[in-house]
Amino acid sequence: MPLAREESSPLFAGTAAGTLRLIFYLALAMVLMVLDHRNGWLLRLRYASAIVVEPVYRLAALPVDGMRALSVAFADRRTLTEQNQRLREDLLLANAKLNRLSAVAQQNERLKELLDTQHSLDLRVQMARVIGVDLGAYRYRMLINLGARDGVKAGQPVIDAHGVMGQVVDVLPTSSVVMLVTDPDHALPVMIERTGLRTIAYGSRNGEQLTLPMIPIAADVRPGDKLLTSGLGGRFPEGFPVGEVRTVGPSQTGMFLEAHAQPSADIDRSDEVLLLHDLAEPVGPPPLAHPAGPPASDAPPPPSSAAMARVTLPAGASSAVKPASAQSAGAVKP
Amino acid sequence: MSRQRLSFWWFYGTLAFALLLMLVPLPHVLDPFKPYWPALVLLYWALESGEQRVTLGLAFVFGVCADLLNGVLLGEQALRLCVLAFIALRFRSRLRFFPMWQQTLAVLALLLNDRFLLLIVRAFAGESAPAALWWGSPFVSAALWPFLFLLMDDLRMRLRLQ
Repeated sequence: MPLAREESSPLFAGTAAGTLRLIFYLALAMVLMVLDHRNGWLLRLRYASAIVVEPVYRLAALPVDGMRALSVAFADRRTLTEQNQRLREDLLLANAKLNRLSAVAQQNERLKELLDTQHSLDLRVQMARVIGVDLGAYRYRMLINLGARDGVKAGQPVIDAHGVMGQVVDVLPTSSVVMLVTDPDHALPVMIERTGLRTIAYGSRNGEQLTLPMIPIAADVRPGDKLLTSGLGGRFPEGFPVGEVRTVGPSQTGMFLEAHAQPSADIDRSDEVLLLHDLAEPVGPPPLAHPAGPPASDAPPPPSSAAMARVTLPAGASSAVKPASAQSAGAVKP
Repeated sequence: MSRQRLSFWWFYGTLAFALLLMLVPLPHVLDPFKPYWPALVLLYWALESGEQRVTLGLAFVFGVCADLLNGVLLGEQALRLCVLAFIALRFRSRLRFFPMWQQTLAVLALLLNDRFLLLIVRAFAGESAPAALWWGSPFVSAALWPFLFLLMDDLRMRLRLQ
């Protein structure tokens, strides 16, 4: 058979037509890449092709699911009992803490209402499962099983029990792609818990750690400092644990300190994660609470309605706190 | 007729299976060493049946499918697989009659070239450089090549497919 095709595939030199075709396809690929890079075609195309793509993802996730099921099936009784015991203790401790904190939280809420700030402490979360699929991009992304049909939007923060994991970047109909905080392209505004210093945590090249490259030389940062989200930038709500500083040293330019931190979320291991809903504060300064204008005596009706609002707000808010916390507890419990 | 149809399905089935294998994750430690399955399977078919089946157009479409699944950059794998298929088809007559160890070295060279292409594309797309371990993958793929080749060849012979 190779002999019959000898003329069309010579031993040493190819034909010019073959090279031309190669150039044509390479040009086509480059045009595709540039178009995709410029205006994000791939997202639209992927959304349209999701009907084919998503079953393939589920199929590819089968081995991982199988491994998980096997590890549960063959885990011996003692480890399961121990795990159960530990979880029960953790739950007891967490519940006790929650009970103590809920009173403080309500008080805090009331005080904040008085201060007219819009922070709130209630959590609206949705539980999602991680689909075990390798997305190729040096693996700093993961796929979860909630998508546009479950109300997921790009930009939503994803957390686990220990801290911030990342944010949603692509949404398909029934699954979505999460960029992890350790991705080199990810940046997260953080605050050092001990000193209140605000800075930015980037992912790192090896995908294991967080890098804080721009800390002022004079700043007080030590290994062991905890990092929290600072809430600046309006995407991640403030106060969630991000990681713990491991090493601090001068950066290459010598103008800043550079710190490396270990993310506190279980980036490699978690199989269940929580998606946060509308917790972030709106970008930009908060709206003016008291519009400047003529003194109140000139316009009697508006101040009275404002006073009414001020009086009714705390009551409404304190009644609104309860269902929200109940809902979050209900969402977290199973 | 049915044998022809069977060999048709066998060909496309192996390609689809390679895409699926590309998506299956490995344990975290082994992850940087994951072989690039679509390239290996495409190489096998390029050496085995040449331009009758593996054309540049097929490599391109196959690459676009892989890009759609992977979701990195549309056209990236299409470009890489096109180059791979072109080189393999150009030197097919010689590669086929190499002894296995020489063929393995040739595959290693092809896959290293592929990684360089990927690095260039990623650099243009503005992504950061990968860790050093990332270069381990072509070596693992090349080490697997003889086994893959013999397995696929054996299966093909047993099923008496083209």
